[in-house]
Amino acid sequence: MNEGQIYDSADRPPRVIEELLDAFRYRHLIAEFVRRDIVTRYKRSVLGVLWTMLNPLGTMLIMMVVFYQLFHITTPKYPIYVLTGLISWGFFSQVTSAAPQTLLWSGPLIHRVYIPRTLFAFTSVGAGLVNLVLSFVPLALIMAILRIPPSLSLLSLPLAVLLMTLFSLGLGLLLSTWTVYFPDVIDIYSIVLTAWMYLSAVFYPYEIIPIAYRWWFFNLNPMYHLILLFRDPLYYGNWPSLAHVGAASLVSISTLLVGWFAFARKADELAYRI
Amino acid sequence: MSVVYRVTKERIASLKEYAIKRVRREVTHEQFWALRNVSLELSRGEVFGIVGRNGAGKSTMLKVLAKVIRPTEGRVWVKGHVAPLLEMGAGFHPELTGRENVYLYGALLGFTREEMEAKFQRIVDFAEIWDFIDNPLRTYSSGMVTRLGFSIATDVKPDVLIVDEILGVGDEAFQRKSRQRMLDFCDQDATVILVTHNAALMRSTCQRAMWLDRGEVKMIGSANEVADAYHSSTL
Repeated sequence: MNEGQIYDSADRPPRVIEELLDAFRYRHLIAEFVRRDIVTRYKRSVLGVLWTMLNPLGTMLIMMVVFYQLFHITTPKYPIYVLTGLISWGFFSQVTSAAPQTLLWSGPLIHRVYIPRTLFAFTSVGAGLVNLVLSFVPLALIMAILRIPPSLSLLSLPLAVLLMTLFSLGLGLLLSTWTVYFPDVIDIYSIVLTAWMYLSAVFYPYEIIPIAYRWWFFNLNPMYHLILLFRDPLYYGNWPSLAHVGAASLVSISTLLVGWFAFARKADELAYRI
Repeated sequence: MSVVYRVTKERIASLKEYAIKRVRREVTHEQFWALRNVSLELSRGEVFGIVGRNGAGKSTMLKVLAKVIRPTEGRVWVKGHVAPLLEMGAGFHPELTGRENVYLYGALLGFTREEMEAKFQRIVDFAEIWDFIDNPLRTYSSGMVTRLGFSIATDVKPDVLIVDEILGVGDEAFQRKSRQRMLDFCDQDATVILVTHNAALMRSTCQRAMWLDRGEVKMIGSANEVADAYHSSTL
């Protein structure tokens, strides 16, 4: 740590920049928090880290039974379709739910020591990324079992992950800002999330929506574009189209900017509102 | 090294039942001045005490110093590294082992894992908890937690050490050790700010002190003067 540093409360860069600089300076704390999250989550469980992989697999199996047997869906390679939806959605919902929650419960900590407030959102992202990478393992397994050859378009996956991360971070920060003033945002959001998931074709094929409504139904939903960036290489075996990439980039970058600005401006008040 | 010059006031506004009252047109923002017109200058190597009744603003004072809260008016100027002493539940996580918590607390203070590894031996030696270092923190007594926390926070001499009334915990041997360490720091020009209700502790360790009452400075003077004045006010 740097000795000889000076804290002058009158001399601060604009909040938006300051939060960014501080978040970078405290980056090793983010790593420690992520590590702490993951270690404590599995410390007392028998299956441990395996659970992260089994979770999406289990849901996929249930979905398979429901949609194959009950609804007689005939989507080819359905397990892959569901898994890609579950994994990408799971990341998004985990990050956006955890960010405001960890912030709200951080009272004892941020009352004592200075931590850049964005750290909680970043920690949620970090933990989410770890889980995301882990859940690619069962996906790869299923793809191998179904004899799906990997295609070059898999190289577009990092972009998909990046854009999903930016969107989740932005929304997480926005939710964190609101939660500080209205703690029931967290409960409202979990209901919104459930509805949103049903609207995003996570486990039903797009064709279920009548063609007349299909364009409006999906294109106005940011998660449609973001999930498609995962499905294109993993399920369809294509490179994502420029239109989709453009839409996804637009929505994720603007959400991040809005969320970041809103949060940074209010960050100072958190110490006595939480 | 630290010179602290401060003119601060601070306000906490609270909204109550915003939505309901909005409808009823009764929205009021209450203003609560936690600190008002506090002006103080500390120099290197001083041991400075802060006394006052509960709710007087002592903890707020420490938070302003530690950058946790920004002054609403005025200016805070601190030169050097500020180390707060954390209690259990703040930086520590009960499920993690003592070892893992050392790294975590260190990270909170701004140290990387490598830096903490270098200090690990010294820290656990001072806290004398080698037997328990790999057990989860929830199995520790509160005294052990304090020892570990103090040991980590003071392992690298901070320029400003903030102590908020918790050094009472711990057996006598440790109290002696920790007091000695604080005094060593002062010899090395660290500043210690001690918030306490214990007048005897203040008289014995502090040189100057401040008496806060309802957010305002009642008195700043030598430790004995302030202790006397505070004591007689509570009679």
